[in-house]
Amino acid sequence: MKPAPFKYHRPTTLDEALAILAEVAEEDGRILAGGQTLVPMMALRLAYPPHLVDINAIPELARTRVEDGRLAIGALVRHADLQAPLGCPPLDGLLAEVASHIAHYPIRTRGTFCGSLANADPASEWCLVAATLGAEFVIRSADGTRSVGVEDYFQGVMATAIGPGEMLVEARLPLLPADSLWGFYEFSRRAGDFALGMALATLRLEGGVVGEARIGVGGAEEHPRRIAEAEAALVGRAPDEAAFRAAAAKAAAVIDPLEDHATDGTYRRELVETVVRRALSAAMAHRQARPRTEIEARS
Amino acid sequence: MAERGIIGKSLPRLEDPPLVTGRGRFAADINFPHQLHMRIVRSAMAHARIVSIDAEAARALPGVVAVWTAADIPDASPVDFREGPNEKLAPYRQHVLAREAVRYVGDPVAAVFAESAYVAEDAADLVAVEYEELPVVLAADAPPGEFSPGRSTEATLVRQDYGDIDAAFAAAHLVVELDLSVGRHTGVPMETRGAIGRYDAARDVLELHGAAKVPHKNRDSLGRMLGRDVTGIHLYESHVGGGFGVRGELYPEDILVLMAAMRLGRPVKWIEDRREHLMATNHSRQQRHRIRAAVDAEGRLLAIDNEFFHDQGAYIRTHGTRVADSTCGLLPGPYRLPVYRARGHFRLTNKTPAATYRSPSRYETNFVRERVMDEIGRRLGLSPVDVRRRNFLAKEEMPFARPLAALGENVVYDSGDYALLLDKALAAFRWDEVQADMARRRAAGEMVGAALAVFVEKSGLGPTDGARVIVDTTGAVEVVTGGASVGQGFETVVAQVCAETLGVDYDRIRVTHGRTDRIEYGLGAHASRATVMTANATAAAAARVRAKALDVAAEMMQAPIEALDIVAGRVVRTDIESGPSVALGEIARNLAPSAKLRNGREPGLSSDGWFDTEHQTYPYGVQMAVVKVDPETGGVAVERMLVGYDIGRAINPMLVHGQIAGGFAQGLGGALYEEFRYSETGDPLSVTFADYLIPTASEVPEVEILLTEDAPSPCNPLGIKGAGESGIAAVGAVIASAVDEAIGIPGAITELPITPQRLKRILAGIRRPLAAE
Repeated sequence: MKPAPFKYHRPTTLDEALAILAEVAEEDGRILAGGQTLVPMMALRLAYPPHLVDINAIPELARTRVEDGRLAIGALVRHADLQAPLGCPPLDGLLAEVASHIAHYPIRTRGTFCGSLANADPASEWCLVAATLGAEFVIRSADGTRSVGVEDYFQGVMATAIGPGEMLVEARLPLLPADSLWGFYEFSRRAGDFALGMALATLRLEGGVVGEARIGVGGAEEHPRRIAEAEAALVGRAPDEAAFRAAAAKAAAVIDPLEDHATDGTYRRELVETVVRRALSAAMAHRQARPRTEIEARS
Repeated sequence: MAERGIIGKSLPRLEDPPLVTGRGRFAADINFPHQLHMRIVRSAMAHARIVSIDAEAARALPGVVAVWTAADIPDASPVDFREGPNEKLAPYRQHVLAREAVRYVGDPVAAVFAESAYVAEDAADLVAVEYEELPVVLAADAPPGEFSPGRSTEATLVRQDYGDIDAAFAAAHLVVELDLSVGRHTGVPMETRGAIGRYDAARDVLELHGAAKVPHKNRDSLGRMLGRDVTGIHLYESHVGGGFGVRGELYPEDILVLMAAMRLGRPVKWIEDRREHLMATNHSRQQRHRIRAAVDAEGRLLAIDNEFFHDQGAYIRTHGTRVADSTCGLLPGPYRLPVYRARGHFRLTNKTPAATYRSPSRYETNFVRERVMDEIGRRLGLSPVDVRRRNFLAKEEMPFARPLAALGENVVYDSGDYALLLDKALAAFRWDEVQADMARRRAAGEMVGAALAVFVEKSGLGPTDGARVIVDTTGAVEVVTGGASVGQGFETVVAQVCAETLGVDYDRIRVTHGRTDRIEYGLGAHASRATVMTANATAAAAARVRAKALDVAAEMMQAPIEALDIVAGRVVRTDIESGPSVALGEIARNLAPSAKLRNGREPGLSSDGWFDTEHQTYPYGVQMAVVKVDPETGGVAVERMLVGYDIGRAINPMLVHGQIAGGFAQGLGGALYEEFRYSETGDPLSVTFADYLIPTASEVPEVEILLTEDAPSPCNPLGIKGAGESGIAAVGAVIASAVDEAIGIPGAITELPITPQRLKRILAGIRRPLAAE
């Protein structure tokens, strides 16, 4: 549980960080933000990065801001930061609820939103949020800045569009219209564990029927994604149990489930049906959703 | 002994101040000047021949002092059995470093000694081992393979029986047959193992720090293994962050740090990391039982015939076959059983070696036996309560000797009123109301169920324990014991018994334990024995000190002994209000070697006390649970849990409650969450806390505890029985039964843990219960 030797860099500006990263990228230098995944991997000697570029001394990365109809989340924003009201309902309520499912509070004070997106674990809640809502990924290197859409960002299990020498400096989530309904449901073995399956749904109703629907599924496939077939099954229908069942069945039918030593494809497929239906039901149930603080969430 | 009311009180723990203020000292906190750090290179293969080991690069790394393989320590003894030599099992012992072959992933292959823990781990990475793969045996219920040429993986067949089994089954009204499995899991203390070896050449004493559980027995074993007199080996216990059976046994690493300390001439420190812990520290529990029960038309047991397969893992460690032996001896539990036969295939597999974990053999057999009782009840239309009540041993039958053995003793239940405890627990749980509520909720579509399980525990393993009580000239009291503390509140309990017997305040008592240099004999802390054995020895020693103090005081105060008592550390007259009094410290001064008043008495206000027992004590309990199943996810939530337990006499009920609550949490782990899984090539898949799931505060409900004292033990003067294993003992049994009830498929649960994935398969009808026709 002692990491192999590495060289530690602690830049104080983003430009400095990118310059160092450009130098060490060839040798698999890594960015250290919250260290939620990287540090345990190093301790287990499953990762041997010869250079760590610690970005924790760059305060500008720790900010969130609302701009042009988007919530921009900097590379140092912690999970726990997103459990507090951010002044952009109903999106901030959705983020607060989702954040409460990520590990445990002490970990949430270290791990970062962008770190989760960069790590791209199939069971990452934030990857599900990004995929479902359609995040924009701001990626920088010493050579410049580029913006990547969600359709190009996820490239497989723990694989993304971020290249060597590049850093995800910010992720931008579109704000949710005020009349958006959202629901999230996750099933894991214990509180805070990796999801065996989870779903996020946002709905807008028009004249008593579903006008717009986003349904994302995570923890079940190589990376979280929207399930267009499930969304199509819902649009134009009344938001009732029958419609939710139809959409959930569609989602379960079209996914390509991950399997592991404990979990077969059938289990995951059936679970997807459950979590999608429950997320949709939750969307209807908490129309009055508001962000909760950590203390409220725990009481 | 005067009734002073200290025994039986929930007094605060004496040992807490350093622990809750961050000033405890655990194994990792122990450091010696010039110490080296050891890192173990472990096998990456489950079964392979070692072709070659190249340690040159590791040896060349700056800061590395030595790298050992088996070739460097040809004289090292394998890790011995605690209870002495056993010729038949000896070939299955583990060498401290693998010779020729490795047998599980995690098997120590080489040891690196370096100036820092970091360098040691870097160097360990550089040790290159070439293997030639051998076939793996991963299931104890599969046909046995070869452990070594000509030697079967079935090391032995353990067996116990009495009565005519064929006649009993021939006469049966009904025969129930089940096939039941308990998963591989174990105790996972917060503190991993640690060992610091130090050789004091000036005194020719070899020291092992970080000891736990059984320091004296381990000293004796180490003496045999290292060929040293035991007077030249001392073990030191520090704070222990949880024992649970696995911590404090001797493992290869303990012997390596001692050998290295001698040979390298520097202290050697080894602290296990969590990944190592999950693949190197003893596993436990994995058994498959094929059990048949013969019953009469009223549901009374006529006979049980059980064949089981015990998955021992790669080697036989310090316990030998103890868990399998106890599995035979303790399976019958609280029931009358005229005829019995148990045969256990004790088999080695290419997995981490197994041994005892809190409530060893009882967690397994309680699950198996109570599953059988449920099935008998179902087949004959009897309620779970009635089928058990009908088979209970009666209070009048106590003490009850069964012609079986466990932990080297004949099984003799000392006392018990099982029916009474069941009645009390049913009332406390509001069983009838709960059943009605379950029926209502099930009718409304919920999958909820309530169940109960009954168990007999054992505690207070003898044969003998001693303690020394010393009062110094300031009146402070020290109790030196051969017991050990694994965090259970040992000091407090011993202090309470001493305080009550002697007549002093319990917080003026210092309890010393876990040091072989302070007391010659000791049994340590295992098998829920510390309170029963050490407390009774302490009471004996304190009573002798008390008699000596009163004898001296009578002379000093010119009063008859009968008119004297000791209250709060002072000898007072009971016949005069506010009369003269003498402090115990003053009496101690008058017993100094040169004191005039000593008058030929043995110097010192101190005495040894001994407690001998022929038999263990057998506390017993009932567990009840309400669970709710989510049929879509397969998740199980425990809504209510009650543990009813008769402890004979509780010295500190708060500590007993703590033992029960903690034990229950661990039991829930084995029932629903914890499992060491392996790939088909023998790679361990549960080597971090992301894969080995211990229940957390979110999963563990508040436990309702019903503590009774209806059956004090006749085996010891205090009437006490142990508490350590009561909370965990029947959790697998009761949760399995409650899940059956919830899903409405009797006998559905045949395997622990009940994971969501397995439960979903049962619900889908893919895996029909084997017992159902």
